[in-house]
Amino acid sequence: METLTDPQGVKRYLVTVTVNGDRHTAVVKANLTLTNLLRDHLDLTGTKKGCELGDCGSCTVLLDGKPVDSCLVLAVEADGREVTTIEGVAQGGRLDALQESFVNHAAVQCGYCTPGMILSAKALLTRNPHPTEAEIRGAIGGNLCRCTGYVHIVEAVRAVAEGRVAPEDEGPGPWIRR
Amino acid sequence: MSAKHRVIGRSVPRLDGREKVTGAAKYTGDLKFPNLLHGKILTSPHPHARIRAIDTSAAERLPGVKAVITHRDVPDLKYGISPARWDENIFCIDKVRFVGDKVAAVACLDEETCYRALSLIRVEYEPLPAALDFLRAMDDGAPQVHEEYPRNVNTEIHQNFGDVDQALAAADHLRTDAFLGNRTYQAPIEPHSAISVWEGGKLTVYSSTQSPHYFQYYIARQFGLPLGSVRVIKPYLGGGFGGKLEPTGLEFAGAELARRTGRPVRMFYDRAEMFAHNRGRHAQYMEITTGVTREGKLLGARANFIMDGGAYTSLGIATAYYAGALLPLTYEFDHYRFDLYRVYTNLPACGAQRGHGAPQPKYAFESHLDNVAADLGLDPLELRLRNARRPNTVTPNDFRVNSCELRQCLERARELSGWDRKKGRLPRGRGIGVATGSFVSGAGYPIYRTDLPHSAVVLKVNEDGTSATLYTGAPDIGQGSDTALCQMAAEAMGYRYEQMKIVAADTETCPLDLGAYASRLTLMTGTAVMRAGEEVKRQLLDLASTLLHLPADDLDCQEGVIFSRSREGKALTFEEVARTHFVLKGPLVGKGAYTPPKLGGSFKGAPVGTSPAYSFGVQVSEVAIDEETGEVRVVDVWDVHDCGTVINPRLLHGQVHGALAMGMGESIWEQVVFDEHGKIRNPDLANYRIPTALDMPRITSEVVESHEPAGPWGAKEVGEGSTNPTMGCFSNAIFDAMGVRVNSLPLSYEKVWRALKEKREGGG
Repeated sequence: METLTDPQGVKRYLVTVTVNGDRHTAVVKANLTLTNLLRDHLDLTGTKKGCELGDCGSCTVLLDGKPVDSCLVLAVEADGREVTTIEGVAQGGRLDALQESFVNHAAVQCGYCTPGMILSAKALLTRNPHPTEAEIRGAIGGNLCRCTGYVHIVEAVRAVAEGRVAPEDEGPGPWIRR
Repeated sequence: MSAKHRVIGRSVPRLDGREKVTGAAKYTGDLKFPNLLHGKILTSPHPHARIRAIDTSAAERLPGVKAVITHRDVPDLKYGISPARWDENIFCIDKVRFVGDKVAAVACLDEETCYRALSLIRVEYEPLPAALDFLRAMDDGAPQVHEEYPRNVNTEIHQNFGDVDQALAAADHLRTDAFLGNRTYQAPIEPHSAISVWEGGKLTVYSSTQSPHYFQYYIARQFGLPLGSVRVIKPYLGGGFGGKLEPTGLEFAGAELARRTGRPVRMFYDRAEMFAHNRGRHAQYMEITTGVTREGKLLGARANFIMDGGAYTSLGIATAYYAGALLPLTYEFDHYRFDLYRVYTNLPACGAQRGHGAPQPKYAFESHLDNVAADLGLDPLELRLRNARRPNTVTPNDFRVNSCELRQCLERARELSGWDRKKGRLPRGRGIGVATGSFVSGAGYPIYRTDLPHSAVVLKVNEDGTSATLYTGAPDIGQGSDTALCQMAAEAMGYRYEQMKIVAADTETCPLDLGAYASRLTLMTGTAVMRAGEEVKRQLLDLASTLLHLPADDLDCQEGVIFSRSREGKALTFEEVARTHFVLKGPLVGKGAYTPPKLGGSFKGAPVGTSPAYSFGVQVSEVAIDEETGEVRVVDVWDVHDCGTVINPRLLHGQVHGALAMGMGESIWEQVVFDEHGKIRNPDLANYRIPTALDMPRITSEVVESHEPAGPWGAKEVGEGSTNPTMGCFSNAIFDAMGVRVNSLPLSYEKVWRALKEKREGGG
């Protein structure tokens, strides 16, 4: 990695990262997190900041295909690697099956955990296309959600694993007692 | 639900779903402005200290620092969300009252410089003894948090309805129990942030707020500006649960820093600062006495509470009144006495958290009732059925209840959970518990006194009729109000949901709405929307009547088609009539407003808890306890709700799931813990343990058929009421599993383990 030193003696690093298939270079300080590289330098604000301590999972991105808390990864550590953020999940304006399923199942409420949640689920389904419910819960166990109780999220992921993007029942549904 | 509704009652996908799953949705902290500065607030490291001096000169000299402000630079006018007790200043003047109290703020070129600058501000403190235990804060000689409130009494309530003493004297069985609640935090996943921008004498604040209107009102008041010179916009918001209802200090500090520097300023709280700012649930001590007949009929109840308010009032006066006011909702009894002290302590201020004031008292009351049932040898569910409130009744504290299907909820929960098969028959270490809850569908009175409507909307059909835009001040904070309100607008106009657009939660472009609190949007904003939609429809049908040469009352409009009721084939599209309206008469606009009717009694505090309608619900939970470790595993939870007509079933059940998850966390794991210096020991999401996907059990959520005459199309609330039974139902399930009761929240593994150990050692 090439470095530059500013007049105060602080080193800067030339980092090259492939994000959602596009190569980006940036000059960063050693303490810049991958979250802040994405959000502040590359304007990819779909990656959320919830705690900056690796507790909440809202900054989850895929680093070489594996889900990581991007607040625990330094930008310099991502040098030469591939990152997928939520902005890279839909292809050409077409939603990914998981995204569609999240919308259809109302697995989204405030939406703040959603990008990280989808990326964790995506990594799971790539690795294990037919997970059990326990495996789904395990995969998103590091992504905190305060709105949904995870019910519709788990349903949405399970539907995709079963080859669906919509709830099995629709309309007033089975919940309404007639 | 009903075939007569075309748009409501359907689980249409959320309006904002696509934006949120693609990462396109912009939350306040995602917004970018040219020339933006970053701001941070310096807070107190002491729980209680006099401020001797503040020296900001070193910070000011640091390169990259553009402004440093303290109390000397801002108005000293006290504020608070509750006009009854304005007790906060933008920055502390003479003393700090909790670890986290606001002292100064900086605006800098970047965040890193902000932290450096904060560390260079020299504050000379004279530490004072601190009141950290709310149960001792009223003692003689306890440290005084505010000089003007002797004995640290922030609020004192004494309400008496009927003749409790006589009712209790007439009872076959009397029982008193005492419980202790826990201090919990809303913990939304999105941290609070605010961006302030001045342009031509007007201040615009982008804020993660549940009430753009109250923010606008208080910012304008604080800086002496006319309301119209302050514009508050809520971008997408990542959860509030009551924690984003009142000004946070970020707006005030940001507004002043932006004014001084002439540049936009972005302020935010990090996770630890969110915990310190708090405004979460009050911990409270709750003593409850009831008198019942041999058959378990409640004759009267006495509630005696003390609440830990923290250092400021926040929404706590309302919380305090709610704590007692909502208790008589789910069961019928005529005699009730409620006494409460809300005390100041040198801890972060408590406010409104989902279920505002009601969940902990409900936990106490429901736990107490199970004890009563055990005393009488009655099935706890049966005891509740015998006392369950019926529709069209009035509570002892003068709340009128219209629709109420609590009995049906109890019966259905009994069926769904297999109660009769399980109660008393589960294997060792397993237990099942039930509790009820109820909540307001919007507060009957606003937070500050005003005769303005609580909700107002404008509905504009766009010129070619292919879309309509709803303008509402109502903030979607994740609960899905944008979606539900657009469904209601389409229903009322006879239009299609898919063609609806919304502009919401912007004080300048949208008419007034008080905000997302007290579960008010479905009923209150919904009624305003219904009225606006009906006004649009009337105008359309009038014009269609001319075009079709048919009387207007023969016409109707549904899902975008205007048709004759009497003659088949006579029809026009909504679009063509709307377009013709624009050509001939100009914009096609509907307006709607909602002001609640006069509600409640005339005693002190009577307005709090009044509402046009109340939701009712029942929860049953089944738990398994590991007797070796005290670990509580939740096996199953069932919720059956009466929330009137359902607007969007999936969104509704999502509210129940979320409320239950939060309530479950508060029941078993969640508690803000302080060290002996009043500093939070767990201000992070690793040690303040909200439920993860791995902790959540299966949840079954159902609604019963119900129609609320005071609500639009018969609808009422669901979002907060679903937290009210939760702690009680877990307390009762754990009690059932153990045979002994832990009388404090959270019902942690350690407490469960200790209780079991004591039981074993006591030979019980």
